[in-house]
Amino acid sequence: MIQPSLAHVLLPKWRTARQRLREAQASGGTGKLLILLIVGGLFWMGVYWALYKMLKYFRGIEELGPLLAGKLLGLILLSFVSILILSNVITALSSFFLAKDLDLLVSAPVDWLRLYLAKLGETLVHSSWMVALMIVPILTAYGVVYDGGPLFVLYALAVLLPLLTLPAVFGSALTLVLVNVFPARRTRDLLSIIALGAAGGVILLFRIIRPEQLARPEGFRNLLDFIALLRTPTSPFLPSEWATNAVMGYLRHAVDPLPLALLWTTAAGFVTLGAVLHQRLFAAGFTKAQEGAERFVRGVFWRRTIGAALFPLPVDKREFVLKDIKLFFRDTTQWSQLILLAVLVVVYLFNIKALPLFRGEQVPFFTITLVSFLNLGLSGFVLASIAARFIFPAVSLEGRQMWLLRSSPLDLRALLWSKYWVGTIPLLVLALLLTGLTNVLLKASPFMMIVSLTAICGLTLAIAALALGFGAVYPQFETENAAQIPTSFGGLIFMMTTIVLLAAVIMLLARPVYRYAQLIYDGRPATVDAEMLMWFGVAAAVCAAATLIPLRVGLKRMEQFEF
Amino acid sequence: MIRLEGLTKHYGSFVALDHVTMHVPRGVLYGCLGPNGAGKTTMLRMIAGILRPTDGRVLIGGDDVQRHPIPAKMRLGFIPDRPFVYDKLTGAEFLRFVSGLYGQEGDAVERRIAELLEVFELSSWKDELIEAYSHGMRQKLIISSALIHRPECIVVDEPMVGLDPKGARLLKDIFRQFVERGGTVMMSTHTLEVAEAMCDQIGIIQHGKIVAHGTMAAIRHQHAAGDASLEELFLKLTGGHAVRELVEVLGK
Repeated sequence: MIQPSLAHVLLPKWRTARQRLREAQASGGTGKLLILLIVGGLFWMGVYWALYKMLKYFRGIEELGPLLAGKLLGLILLSFVSILILSNVITALSSFFLAKDLDLLVSAPVDWLRLYLAKLGETLVHSSWMVALMIVPILTAYGVVYDGGPLFVLYALAVLLPLLTLPAVFGSALTLVLVNVFPARRTRDLLSIIALGAAGGVILLFRIIRPEQLARPEGFRNLLDFIALLRTPTSPFLPSEWATNAVMGYLRHAVDPLPLALLWTTAAGFVTLGAVLHQRLFAAGFTKAQEGAERFVRGVFWRRTIGAALFPLPVDKREFVLKDIKLFFRDTTQWSQLILLAVLVVVYLFNIKALPLFRGEQVPFFTITLVSFLNLGLSGFVLASIAARFIFPAVSLEGRQMWLLRSSPLDLRALLWSKYWVGTIPLLVLALLLTGLTNVLLKASPFMMIVSLTAICGLTLAIAALALGFGAVYPQFETENAAQIPTSFGGLIFMMTTIVLLAAVIMLLARPVYRYAQLIYDGRPATVDAEMLMWFGVAAAVCAAATLIPLRVGLKRMEQFEF
Repeated sequence: MIRLEGLTKHYGSFVALDHVTMHVPRGVLYGCLGPNGAGKTTMLRMIAGILRPTDGRVLIGGDDVQRHPIPAKMRLGFIPDRPFVYDKLTGAEFLRFVSGLYGQEGDAVERRIAELLEVFELSSWKDELIEAYSHGMRQKLIISSALIHRPECIVVDEPMVGLDPKGARLLKDIFRQFVERGGTVMMSTHTLEVAEAMCDQIGIIQHGKIVAHGTMAAIRHQHAAGDASLEELFLKLTGGHAVRELVEVLGK
């Protein structure tokens, strides 16, 4: 029998992607595309500019410069490959074992090799596109600073292709083995915990070793030792090291074909080995992946704790809140992200503690007030990121069950109300903890403590409302993975709006805070006058508007949903 | 009990339902028949308040579903064709959640949950997460959820899909008893034998319009169909020549 070509197997994916693009264009996609291009362009330019400046500086240092530039590229590529292995393992689980098209492909007379290559390609594209986009400004900066010329683009592509393929093959093979040991759904749970735990551990470790100390002059005891250390390859067996050597060799006009040959032959070897492994293990793994993740749950704990605490609420709201909490804590892909969140909060507090403010000498009062005040913006940004991940997807996640909610007498306001408070209360606790603790660490004055705590309360209420409102205006009902929802266009717009809100509130509060600092500086008694109260009032009004308007707009949008 | 007045639904330029007017009284089991894409699901979802009509209105027990949704929906139990439910809740938790949506709780609800799970043979699965349920078990759970608040009318889209013969028979008995006690059932089905055996009245939808409506005898009379079976009537009204062409194509 003539086998369908690989392109034919991949055709539905390609057509779906094209159709999505058409639908996006039809629903006012030009504006969306423009905003995405502007934000993406700004991000690229930012990365390019920072790296360009650094490489230009390195180029000015004789002997040490190229070594530093090479080391930096090696570190970047190594971290990308590590991220890619993790993301490929998780993506391969979906594309090889849980995807909806698998029943059709596995039951059709498509041979194992085509299936493997199609699914490997899908895994590669899904998990690597973001890293691939991120590499563009980085390699452009290297190419420009070291005069790579137009041919460098082709050379870089030749380096990147096998470099991205290797983690995809490795990740897919690892998943294949894991699925043969655990059921696929259990493997997903296990992997998300391991991946997030590992990511959290790395962030924590990296921060706690305080890399900024390396930048201090007293850190260099012996220059020759340092150069010798830089010359030593990180590991001669790592593909990221081969890619670095290939790129740096080309840029220093000393092209060595060996690293490139190593990359391509290893990639080819890996694909072959991956295919053999797939031929042997896929059928058994796919069968195992069909096993349900049966779990016996009594659910008494939630009923007796949260259920009892919510007793004063009407039964519909109480059951709705209980349902949302149960769903969150029973879905490993959801709660496991709390590990990362906890790590980020610890790192944030550690950074505040590590600020070079307290080195024995008297710290200027103005500096403390300024840092405490600006901390408000940073905490707000952290809260916005958390809201984007946990509150923004709330409406989208109801999509498939909306038939039940819409056919029941549950008022949509009650639904929105429940979603709002389920998201806002934990966020508020975190906001107060984050701001209060940082102010304690900074030894901020009682005035600043009160101002920051009140402001962060107002901001949290508004940020949660914005997240829920934008989540309802830009729902993603087809996405099953909650973690993907915030990366949509709506998520981007939410983050941009929140940044504008943070900037507005900080600007409004800057005036009274400055006045307070001036009074203290002049040695006058710090009293809250009418002008300060007026600015506080305006800031409160902005927060109230940013809370009420998105909730109303979200409600209106939800009333128009059709399923 | 269920009254549709000029009910219309457009999806862009496509007319899914075109000025449908009908009344289904209390104590009647009404069957909606029609080819795929005729507008049956759209009509049922508008009755359940999930879709908003482009024009016209739906009254349930005299309450407009769009203007007074709460009292209208309190009377209604809806069973969709695709059993999407919360995978991370257990069967018992799901039923408790649905009761809560209708403002019901307490011992009476717990007893009702136990009864329904027993009837649908899901008792041993009540503390199991729904993600482990089969398609048919999910369908049984959704049917239980539509009955949990003791509705006055049930709107059901393709009730027999995914059910085993015992479950299908049970559902038929439940619907018949429900109707005999004064309840109203409006269901869509492609199984003409089921419709012929169970339904008191039948409506045939074609291209978003009701082309025939009434009891079997009345429809036969209207279309001078003599003793024709429902299948023959259905094919006559919805284009039986297409079936003959299909048989020819398949036979080639």
